[in-house]
Amino acid sequence: MIATIQAWFQQLYETAGFNFTVFYDPYDWDRYVAGLRMTLLLGISTILASLVIGAVGALLQSGPSRFLRALVNGFVVVFRNTPPLVQIFFFYFGLGTLLPDIRSADGLRAPILNNVQWAIISLSLFAGAFNVEIFRSGIEAVPRTTIEAAEALGYTRFKAYRHVVLPLALRVCLPALNNNLINLLKTTTLAYAIAVPETLYAVKQIWSESQNVLEMMLVLLATYAVLVGVLVWIMHRWERALRIPGYGR
Amino acid sequence: MSAPDPHGRDARGPGEARPGALPVLLPFALRKDRPAARLRPAHLWLLTGLALVAVPAWAQGGAAALSPLAVVIKWAPLLLTGFAFNVAISLMAMAIGTVAGIGLGLAMLAEGRILPRLAWCATQVFRNVPWLVLLFFVMFLVPFQVTVFGIRVPLPDWVKATFGFSLPVMANVAEIVRGAVRSVPNTQWEAAESLAFTRRQTLWRIILPQCAKRMLPPWMNVYALIAMATVQASIVGVTEMLTLTAQVHAAEGGRPELFAPLYGFALLCFFLYCYPIDRFTAALERRFETR
Repeated sequence: MIATIQAWFQQLYETAGFNFTVFYDPYDWDRYVAGLRMTLLLGISTILASLVIGAVGALLQSGPSRFLRALVNGFVVVFRNTPPLVQIFFFYFGLGTLLPDIRSADGLRAPILNNVQWAIISLSLFAGAFNVEIFRSGIEAVPRTTIEAAEALGYTRFKAYRHVVLPLALRVCLPALNNNLINLLKTTTLAYAIAVPETLYAVKQIWSESQNVLEMMLVLLATYAVLVGVLVWIMHRWERALRIPGYGR
Repeated sequence: MSAPDPHGRDARGPGEARPGALPVLLPFALRKDRPAARLRPAHLWLLTGLALVAVPAWAQGGAAALSPLAVVIKWAPLLLTGFAFNVAISLMAMAIGTVAGIGLGLAMLAEGRILPRLAWCATQVFRNVPWLVLLFFVMFLVPFQVTVFGIRVPLPDWVKATFGFSLPVMANVAEIVRGAVRSVPNTQWEAAESLAFTRRQTLWRIILPQCAKRMLPPWMNVYALIAMATVQASIVGVTEMLTLTAQVHAAEGGRPELFAPLYGFALLCFFLYCYPIDRFTAALERRFETR
């Protein structure tokens, strides 16, 4: 099976001149898959972390402490209005060099956080800032009367939040959340700038060695189209599964 | 007796307007959206804090080396020129992308079968592919010069980058146009038809004028995004603010403690440019809210 595919692409190169090295050269294939794996790692970890940041931020923003509210507001405003690439550089170069080094097991000096970890941190903060806003708008869209009804039924504040407000708010803000998470998956390409070996990085390495820019570019476009498509499909299924009959359109 | 406020923060519910009325008896009303965030004194403190984080290595530089703040001040004119270049790229990309996007959006709404399908496919592809990938695509696959009618026209890097940024703008604007036209009630089309307007007249004289207002806030959102995305051009070798920042860092001896203030300065520039746009967009959205 694999041999057939490899032979087919080899033949395609010899007859038509389209050099898809990834599909017949195991070395390039391994690099490509490693890059894909790194993109998935970045995507999944930043999506989860940004959801946590968003939820905690929205909770603090509706909390009683003025100081914490101001802090969350400032965080949201700063991270929404600055370029994510500069944020990554600021974190990786700026803050990364200020942190003390540690000695690794071989006795070499190594930074405490490597480039992958910094990319995850800064991308999560970037998307988390948007998530705070999205969750807040969802919570505020739950009518007060619903909360009052829950309280009239004897729910405590926390229970009303957990069983009434949160499920409704989640459904309200799901479309905006989808958009943001898809955007986040696309933003993971910026990790290329600090040499995180994700898909774009791997593909660029392949095309600079094999001189097949056009073919690898097509592979790259197809890869991201599929990745984004899968995420869109998952989120839409989730949206449909959570839909309340008669609520909204 | 009013129930304890579950949010804690916002004590002014609808009940405050009429003292004595039970909250339960009040008419159902969605609360007006609060402005997302205002610049409060706390924000200024935060910015100062950022600046303080950015200028920590005061004593490490030694006598000969300039302090980080002095380095930033010394190179600010050059860096600001780079920033102006970023703004210029974003404006041009926005202009090209808007014109192309309106065309693409109208193509999606056209009658017929093939044209809308094609336009829809183009929109989806350019929206769903990361901007950096599109930028690579244009930078590597568009030649460095083109020959038109025997005249050789050179295409410098920044022209190609501008073109690369206008592709995602085009797709996003096309979606905005389509959404806005779809949001106009069907009855408007029917009324125009019964008044014997042709389809083209209906679109240009009746539907699009109503859409312009709805399209403005999302269009400005796209602009803010593209303005922030222009720094990605530094990855593909266009000399703009981030490239200059890296060069300035090297020119000052590559001291690691200079990274934070220099990139902090870039953050500050973009923040000061994009934050007013963001606020203005939010204000417009509130004003145009049709509920």
